[in-house]
Amino acid sequence: MTDTPKRTPLYDLHVELGGKMVDFAGWEMPVQYPMGIMGEHKQCREKAALFDVSHMGQVILRGNDIGAKLEKLCPQVFSTLPEGKARYGFFTNAQGGIMDDLIVSNAGEYFFVVVNAALRHQDIPHMAAHLDGVEVTEIFDRALVAVQGPSAEDVVGRLCPAARDLKFMETMLGEIDGVDCRISRLGYTGEDGYEISIPEGEAIRISRLFLAHEDCEPAGLGARDSLRLEAGLCLYGNDIDNGTSPIEASLLWAIQKRRREEGGFPGAERILKEISKGASRKLVGIKPEGRAPARQHVEIQNLDGDTIGEITSGGFGPTVGAPVAMGYVASAHAAPGGKVNLIIRGKVQPAEIVALPFVAQNYKR
Amino acid sequence: MKYTEEHEWLLPEDDLIVVGITAYAAEQLGDVVFVELPEVGTEVTKDEEIVVIESVKAASDILAPLDGEIVEVNEALADNPGLVNEDPTGDAWFFKMRPSDLSPMDDYMDEAAYKDFIG
Repeated sequence: MTDTPKRTPLYDLHVELGGKMVDFAGWEMPVQYPMGIMGEHKQCREKAALFDVSHMGQVILRGNDIGAKLEKLCPQVFSTLPEGKARYGFFTNAQGGIMDDLIVSNAGEYFFVVVNAALRHQDIPHMAAHLDGVEVTEIFDRALVAVQGPSAEDVVGRLCPAARDLKFMETMLGEIDGVDCRISRLGYTGEDGYEISIPEGEAIRISRLFLAHEDCEPAGLGARDSLRLEAGLCLYGNDIDNGTSPIEASLLWAIQKRRREEGGFPGAERILKEISKGASRKLVGIKPEGRAPARQHVEIQNLDGDTIGEITSGGFGPTVGAPVAMGYVASAHAAPGGKVNLIIRGKVQPAEIVALPFVAQNYKR
Repeated sequence: MKYTEEHEWLLPEDDLIVVGITAYAAEQLGDVVFVELPEVGTEVTKDEEIVVIESVKAASDILAPLDGEIVEVNEALADNPGLVNEDPTGDAWFFKMRPSDLSPMDDYMDEAAYKDFIG
């Protein structure tokens, strides 16, 4: 990407708060603040953290039968998604790989979709080309802020009491200090929390109201990555991509029963076959026994020294207090409890296959 | 005390050189979670990568500042890598080496020059 990185509506606040800015997917984003990644991670697990996720693509879909039309692009059920509900899904390609993952919300008059920053340019034309009679509008004038952690309900709820009554994966329009916001109870940290879509001109002011709560501190992309890794959540581009199927990625839970039975989505042939016969490799949790973090592309071997896979995400888990990783291994080696070796800088480091997540998800259901 | 452009500090101690990283480097790295040290007795060559520091963000290498032999490593860092952030120029020294050629020491920066270097 040769363009100069873009700035979100919260840029000036990041700089004021001492954010260390980096280029991420073409956006100038804070990787951390003075508290540091470790502290910000623990802040989110123990109290509440505010993340700027405005780089993600916010899209409005208007038209008839939007849910049914989305089902032609995704292996999820959206046609019966009730108003006020959100659902995790992904676009699949004809080979059964994952083009992107997304959150789809039924907002009543329209559908609200959030896609990954790096894939906005792919996903929006993809929807525009395939959703017949649906008006696809990317929103450029709203920030998206995530407030995550056990105190998030109080941070948001004291400004918008109705938000306290939302349950996990529910969405509403709410007023925060006179500003109309879309408030959704979801996130990508494994903690309870909200994502709030705010008009750009009010984004800093509303964020300051959240940060004024004694339990809420800003957190950057570094903590967001370690939080989602501990929560066993896939990062597009690392753990899932155009070549990985949802079954390989252990995302069967996100394909509802009717779609498993009926198919009718891109790549259904491969995906349905893998549902019935199994995939040749699986995404698993990997816990190194030593202290050396195993990062992306580290080779995974069985105890005989044969290559059986590769780490796709890895690092230090501040809540676990030890290194944690995810990666693909041949299905014969995917059972939790299995011993494997990781080759880190030429040295053999023992590790164990474990069930995901590393830290129990703490959603309000 | 001398400083390298790799943000190491070098402290002569009798006929040995004690090596660590500066507070500036520790600050840039962020929270250190793992330090991989060389084996005692290893013969190292100047500019060889001999220490790996892993922070929550990424892995970084430390280069041997001189030719010589590693005579002692700081085992405390294995159990408490966070010492690198807490006391980079004191308790979090990495290794002591017996140099076979001290001449590069003349090229390394003194404290004033290092302060200029990091701006």
